[in-house]
Amino acid sequence: MDAPMAMIEKNQDTRETAAVTVEGISMHYPGGVHALEDICLSIPRGKMTAFLGPSGCGKTTLLKIIAGLLEPSSGDVFVNGKKTTAPGPERAFVFQDFALLPWANVLRNVAFGLELRGRKKGEREEIARKFIAQTGLTGFEHHYPHQLSGGMRQRAGLARALVINAEILLMDEPFSAVDEQMRRKLQEDLLSLLAVENKTVIFVTHSIEEAVYLADQTVILSPRPGRIAKIVSTDLHSDLTPDQIRRDRRYLDMVDEIWGGLKQYLE
Amino acid sequence: MKTRKTDKTVGTSQIGSGTKTDRSFASVVLGPVWLWQLLSLCTVFGIWEIAGRIPISLAFPSFTATCAAFFEMIMDGSFATAYASTLPPLIIGILIVSFGGVAWGVFMGLSRGFEWTCMSLLVILQTAPVAAIVPLITYAYGIDMTSKVIVVVIMSAPLVILNSYKGIRSTNPSLLQMCRSFQGNRWQEITKIILPQASGMIFAGLRLGISGGFIGIVLAELLITPTGIGDLITYNRASALYAHMFAAIASIIIFSTLTLTVLQRLEHKIFRPELGTMSGQVN
Ligand SMILES: Nc1ncnc2c1ncn2[C@@H]1O[C@H](COP(=O)(O)OP(=O)(O)O)[C@@H](O)[C@H]1O
Ligand SMILES: [Mg+2]
Repeated sequence: MDAPMAMIEKNQDTRETAAVTVEGISMHYPGGVHALEDICLSIPRGKMTAFLGPSGCGKTTLLKIIAGLLEPSSGDVFVNGKKTTAPGPERAFVFQDFALLPWANVLRNVAFGLELRGRKKGEREEIARKFIAQTGLTGFEHHYPHQLSGGMRQRAGLARALVINAEILLMDEPFSAVDEQMRRKLQEDLLSLLAVENKTVIFVTHSIEEAVYLADQTVILSPRPGRIAKIVSTDLHSDLTPDQIRRDRRYLDMVDEIWGGLKQYLE
Repeated sequence: MKTRKTDKTVGTSQIGSGTKTDRSFASVVLGPVWLWQLLSLCTVFGIWEIAGRIPISLAFPSFTATCAAFFEMIMDGSFATAYASTLPPLIIGILIVSFGGVAWGVFMGLSRGFEWTCMSLLVILQTAPVAAIVPLITYAYGIDMTSKVIVVVIMSAPLVILNSYKGIRSTNPSLLQMCRSFQGNRWQEITKIILPQASGMIFAGLRLGISGGFIGIVLAELLITPTGIGDLITYNRASALYAHMFAAIASIIIFSTLTLTVLQRLEHKIFRPELGTMSGQVN
């Protein structure tokens, strides 16, 4: 690298303070799809960041690279200042398709992360029950995924990620599989959950409203190959109620601004 | 949540979809499933009885005559003697395939190199008319139990191996990623994700394999060694005791059906508890 010294020092700095930094990530899939091009990003600690962009622009790919589930063609990911290439205990992933074990009930699914770490059954189920309660699944411990609605499956996926107590939560379109009312309910539940947990959250969405409503920072990606089109601060610092936020001037302006930026990508 | 009934067809649908009324409508108008099954059996037996009485052929006994022959053969011990020589090679063959074949298929699914070495052999074995190979086996191994076991294995192994292999290969990649995201190691991936997910296909393969084994044992006893149930069929045909011949055939069909049903129950109980919740009461 022949970047100037000052630049490297600055990078070092943000690597230390940010929860995650992404430097020069490009991704070519084996089939020849060029999914991401030179992504540089830093994700502030304790905040919510949204990846927003048209479908197929590489949001999931970027999130999975940060999770260590995919290996980028080039570039590095730093988590808490350390370069990483594999999943780690400080990150937890919430899958778009839930990825629940169909043959395991909610209790086992939610405790699965601890099961893989070899924690004793009683111990891990006790912890799991706490998060089952927090995500509003009490009473469904012994249900199997096929007996749950989309919203409840998503809650189970979220509870499973919370159980391992990772400081960074990665969520891939967490609310895309549910209807609008459930979506709002889940969004609010997530916000109140995170108010106590103080986590760094990165989530993927294709809803502008969702990004503005939930995120402190929204990263807008351009269509394939995904590049960073714009990073918008969508922090509303608000103590308004959810309904007031949705009618708030600044909220509406932000939605408009982002829509203006995204419009150019639609033919 | 309210108590609601689901059955296999609505098991995959989500809570809140309006299947409840459809179902009660169906069960009120159509009645329970077993009634229909009974009715279809009665129809078949009825037609059989009529056809046997016309008679459509001298070699076609009526249902009642077959039943009578069946009980006669239970009482005089013909069945006991026949099955005493049919079952041991069948059971040995099936056990070999259940352990060896499943292990083979699983290993093939997990290892690319092993997959490439075995695939062509399996495809040949699966498509070859095995009945044509049977006389060869007689040449090599004579007419004792070994040949019977070999025929059973040849008839069932490809089905079991291929299904186990496909089961392993059909693993949902998203579940594997999930396991990796929680830092699961390869061993945990195999035992906690891949094998439970493949168990359905593996058991389907075992069921196919076992019915292949039944075909194999009857084939062996008809073509190689006139013993056991195959002999009972041949002997009664040669003696023009057609009702007895039919009873012998029926006995092996009933026997294989029962075996397969028991296996399926066992599978659901042990490996896929959630399938049990797809029929019957759900709270
Ligand atoms: N495993 C893969 N192999 C090849 N191409 C892929 C793979 N996964 C995703 N892609 C392609 O990469 C692009 C970005 O995918 P993805 O990250 O899933 O987009 P998004 O989540 O923004 O909708 C898409 O064009 C998709 O078809
Ligand atoms: Mg996606």
